[in-house]
Amino acid sequence: MKILIQISVIFTICLIGEALSAIIPFPVPASIIALLLLLVLLLTGLIKVDHIKEKSDFLLTNMAFFFVPAGVKIIEHFETIKSIWLPIFIIVIVSTVLVFCTTTLTVILVNKLTGGKK
Amino acid sequence: MKEAVFSSPLFGISISIIAYYIGVVLNKKTKIALVNPLLISYVIIISFLKVFNIPLEWYLNGGDFINLFLTPATAVLALTIYRQRKLIKENFLTIALATFVGAITSIVSVLALCKLFSLSDPITYSLLPKSITTPMAIAVSSSIGGIESITVLAVIITGVTGNILAPVLIKLLKVKDPITQGVAIGTCSHAVGTSKAVELGDVQGAVSSVALTFTGIITVVLSLIIFNFI
Repeated sequence: MKILIQISVIFTICLIGEALSAIIPFPVPASIIALLLLLVLLLTGLIKVDHIKEKSDFLLTNMAFFFVPAGVKIIEHFETIKSIWLPIFIIVIVSTVLVFCTTTLTVILVNKLTGGKK
Repeated sequence: MKEAVFSSPLFGISISIIAYYIGVVLNKKTKIALVNPLLISYVIIISFLKVFNIPLEWYLNGGDFINLFLTPATAVLALTIYRQRKLIKENFLTIALATFVGAITSIVSVLALCKLFSLSDPITYSLLPKSITTPMAIAVSSSIGGIESITVLAVIITGVTGNILAPVLIKLLKVKDPITQGVAIGTCSHAVGTSKAVELGDVQGAVSSVALTFTGIITVVLSLIIFNFI
């Protein structure tokens, strides 16, 4: 029963996220709104960690699994990029590595400038 | 017979779990980054569908059920942030600055590389928002004239690349600080990468969640500004 209630709490917050995402005139996805909403509810103490703990930890520890179907789905788009798939793969991979590097460098630089507090 | 079995939602759910489980086991056994649970799952499931000639729609009867959990799985990242709230507060400025630099790097590098490969404008616009979560990326792509399906493809490849390469880059660049690891993963590879950050540790997961949220918002704002005023 505990888990059922936790599921309902999380799903309700996501549902509110869906509703707000449809109303807000900017492209903010329901998942991000639900994340911010849940964070505010936790910070204000309206929701206690115990209310969502087990269900959340289940979702978090298996998070990558939920991306399985989304990735399989890309086979339906392969036809569109048949002639240019190689440059697209190269661009995406190179750019991802570059972003990782510049982000890392920025953190190191900022830490150095502010006296390296950890 | 074939349709009755393979179009059942139970098929899509079962094969996803089994394929992912095989991926996790192989990854643990080999300890090779490229033997990535997600990548293995894709190879197994796509090969299975092709070999037995099963339409994608049948698989998705069950797959969409799993997809349903994507929003809640992203939303509960709030809990990882909440658990590390003190640390996040102390490093707020650093995280914000780094994601900003990361978002700009992503946009500029995609523009430059697309030019290098002389890809058409619609393709370039489709790849531009690749480092942010799918719904945001689609919104950006469609508002600047990209092609939705290519954007979805680029976003997934980005996420899986981050998921696979993050441990490799961490070793290669000797990034020891968990905060730095988290910022870099969340900024370069959104929620799919963040799922790897969560596996690396609580701090990495929390910081990566904050970074993916920031990067998403910054990228949306930046691309809309660039395309409306320049």
